[in-house]
Amino acid sequence: MNSRWLHPGAWWLWALGLGAAATRTSNPLLLGLIVAVAVLVVSARRPQAQWAGAFSVFLRLALLVIAIRVVFTVVFGVRVGTTELFVLPSVALPDWLAGVTLGGTVTVEMLLIALIQGAQLATLLVCIGAANSLASPVRLLKALPAGLYHVGVAAVVALSLAPRIMINVRRVMQARRLRGRPTAGLRAAAESAVPVLESSLDDAINLAAAMDTRGYGRASTTSGAERLLQAGLVLVGLMGMALGLFAVLGASGWGWALLGIGVLMAVGGIVLAGRRVPRTRYRPDPWRWPETLTAGSGVLAAIAVMTVSSNTITLPLTWPALPAGVVAAILLAALPAGLTPPPPLPWQAT
Amino acid sequence: MIDFENVTFAHAGTSAPVLKAIDLTIPEGDLALVIGRTGSGKSTLLNLINGLVPHFTGGVLSGRVTVGGLDTRTHPPRELAGTVGTVGQNPRAGFTTDTVEDELAYTMESLGFAPDVMRRRVEETLDLLGLSTLRHRSLDTLSGGEQQRVAIGAALTAGPAVLVLDEPTSALDPAAAEEVLAAVQRLVHDLAITVVMAEHRLERVIEFADHVIRIDDSSCSLQDPASAMTGHGLQPPVVRLGHAMGWSPVPLSVRSARRRASALRDATFSPTRRRQGGEDVARLVGASVSYGRADALLNVHTHLRSGQITALMGRNGAGKSTLMNVFAGSQRPKRGNVRVAEADPADLKGRELLRHIAYVPQDPTDLFYTDTVARECEAADHDTGQAAGSAWRRLTELVDTVDPQTHPRDLSAGQQLALALAIQLAATADVVLLDEPTRGLDYPGKQAFGRWLNDLADAGCSVLVATHDVELVAVIGDRVIVLADGEVVTDADVRTALTSSPAFAPQVQKVLAPLPVLTVEEARSL
Repeated sequence: MNSRWLHPGAWWLWALGLGAAATRTSNPLLLGLIVAVAVLVVSARRPQAQWAGAFSVFLRLALLVIAIRVVFTVVFGVRVGTTELFVLPSVALPDWLAGVTLGGTVTVEMLLIALIQGAQLATLLVCIGAANSLASPVRLLKALPAGLYHVGVAAVVALSLAPRIMINVRRVMQARRLRGRPTAGLRAAAESAVPVLESSLDDAINLAAAMDTRGYGRASTTSGAERLLQAGLVLVGLMGMALGLFAVLGASGWGWALLGIGVLMAVGGIVLAGRRVPRTRYRPDPWRWPETLTAGSGVLAAIAVMTVSSNTITLPLTWPALPAGVVAAILLAALPAGLTPPPPLPWQAT
Repeated sequence: MIDFENVTFAHAGTSAPVLKAIDLTIPEGDLALVIGRTGSGKSTLLNLINGLVPHFTGGVLSGRVTVGGLDTRTHPPRELAGTVGTVGQNPRAGFTTDTVEDELAYTMESLGFAPDVMRRRVEETLDLLGLSTLRHRSLDTLSGGEQQRVAIGAALTAGPAVLVLDEPTSALDPAAAEEVLAAVQRLVHDLAITVVMAEHRLERVIEFADHVIRIDDSSCSLQDPASAMTGHGLQPPVVRLGHAMGWSPVPLSVRSARRRASALRDATFSPTRRRQGGEDVARLVGASVSYGRADALLNVHTHLRSGQITALMGRNGAGKSTLMNVFAGSQRPKRGNVRVAEADPADLKGRELLRHIAYVPQDPTDLFYTDTVARECEAADHDTGQAAGSAWRRLTELVDTVDPQTHPRDLSAGQQLALALAIQLAATADVVLLDEPTRGLDYPGKQAFGRWLNDLADAGCSVLVATHDVELVAVIGDRVIVLADGEVVTDADVRTALTSSPAFAPQVQKVLAPLPVLTVEEARSL
């Protein structure tokens, strides 16, 4: 297959599908399968670009989340289960601190539940990380509706700030050493904080100036009332969407209605805003069958998991079952590793 | 095309204007070159044309600037984007996309061009600037000259009538600079675009200019290039040669100077030997450094001698900065061994480091950590154990326009460099490492800088200067090391190195070849 960029929306739908599946199952085998599929696809289709390094950061973050979950369970967790592992010295906090007991008996069941719950969140993070390292943020920006473009640029610049600050920290520390000043300790950190922030800010200002001279932010004139209506629609709509999603994940009935209204309002606002922005797109990424396959496989995995698997953990813990249909659906999500066009190499001439 | 009517501009919070009562008109389809001392307001003048001054920077503007009939007071930069294309000092910092093709289309996308028009314009621009083989390349993988050409292309695709270029060649090696200037000249000749360009390297650009705008004491006017080249310190070597020889009219290009110099070329010339240097103070044995899959240095063996100025030259990305970092101990080589004064430089720190190594990295602002120039100088005197006021004295030798209460980051690029040099060249370190030290420095600044380096070398320092500036190397260099793709390809005395390759020949040498004359001073003795 000829190399080209897969539509970033396809990667995000795929990753969000897998991520949604992860939040809806407490089956550790399925969670492990989802992570394996994500790692496989990333290793097969990750492009050689700076932003593609995000995956390893998300992997580390996922491990950290599991570790934190386990530590919190051991110290603060509710004591359940009967298979005693060890006993920590316990401290009962006074009533005005809700009467929580710290420490106490730690059981195998507690640890396993903490691991499973941590793994759920970790799997979601791995899926988001996969999307971040498979889909270029700049191309995603291009695929956004014109009304969201300006907000999107702010988000992309903000996302690129952290790696840029890390590069600046390294440079400023090297320069401090060259001036014969200490590079470790509190004083060094305090003295270098200002230059680091200044150079990061300078970078951002230079970029902003360049974008300004290149027509970014140009808008056709509209009345103030129309702008207010459009901003209000987007804001209220997004809030509705957030509340609706929350309710849907909590599986209450009115969530879907709220989500629907929210989506409608937000879309209306974005369409209105898009009319103000005279942007066009140069060679937008096409949506062909590999895109449909990728997005479809992610959505299918989500649907399969949601219909079959359960998100509740019941005691006593038993060895999880592996429903063949769900396993097959998740494995299908690994197809993009081979059936999508590979990303272009950075120095590729044509 | 561009009209300044009684324009005065002062930065916010200052009373002294940067530019005062400027009246000038730049005609359509001409190339105007803006020259002036370091920090004289060249960038401000350019940004008045694209509207970044005052819309983006703030400050007080009086008078009126119109570009193609649009008043910049009522049109912010984004609305001038279709009329004025801008390329800033550091094109990499202004890229907004991932690949060459997308970058070229960005301005058109913002302005809402139709897709078929965008495709046509991108193709035309790829051809015009010779970028078609790079179209799908990631911007990170391009060399400096390629990035500069992409930035110019990106400013061009929306079809502006005016192109503003701020120091387009100052960070480029001679060959890449020629590429960029050839592209600019085609725009002026073939597309009748009005180009306004600021540049310190007059030797590279003066022959292309239709007009010169010389900023002196906050005021300026449109001048004829030949008359702008008389009676002050901002002259390229070929003009100074013309003055020294009493040629009239003074030649602006190597070609016209060569016609006048036929008699001179028959003279006999016995070259003086430059400094040979003493014992080795720094050594690199089989050093290799790689970034990912790319080799930055490949099995490099070299050494630096005391009391000698060595120029480190080579294309953008040839490994010069990496070599500097290895000598400074900022980076350990992957393989091989580095020694400075019999120590591993990566283990040195504090005053001991300052005693052995003085290094000015490519981005001098990294070195500053206080909030005024005066405090920065005090801190440097304290750190190096020198008498109070010595760093400030060195600074004023290089540039005389710095206010001690300015924030170091508010200085112009050239002034920042001068401050970094003044701070780091305090102690007479064994090894002095300078990465592109003359970017943004004008000729008088370069002369003062050259005198310091000579003093340092005479005092026994080993000076290593990474630079693209062949004119500087011709004046101060003793020895030249040329790197290509991470390997040493030339290591010779300056006269041999600069006379053997046309890419590295200074102007005087081009005029007087085959005589091995490098500088105007040497030509005077003929």
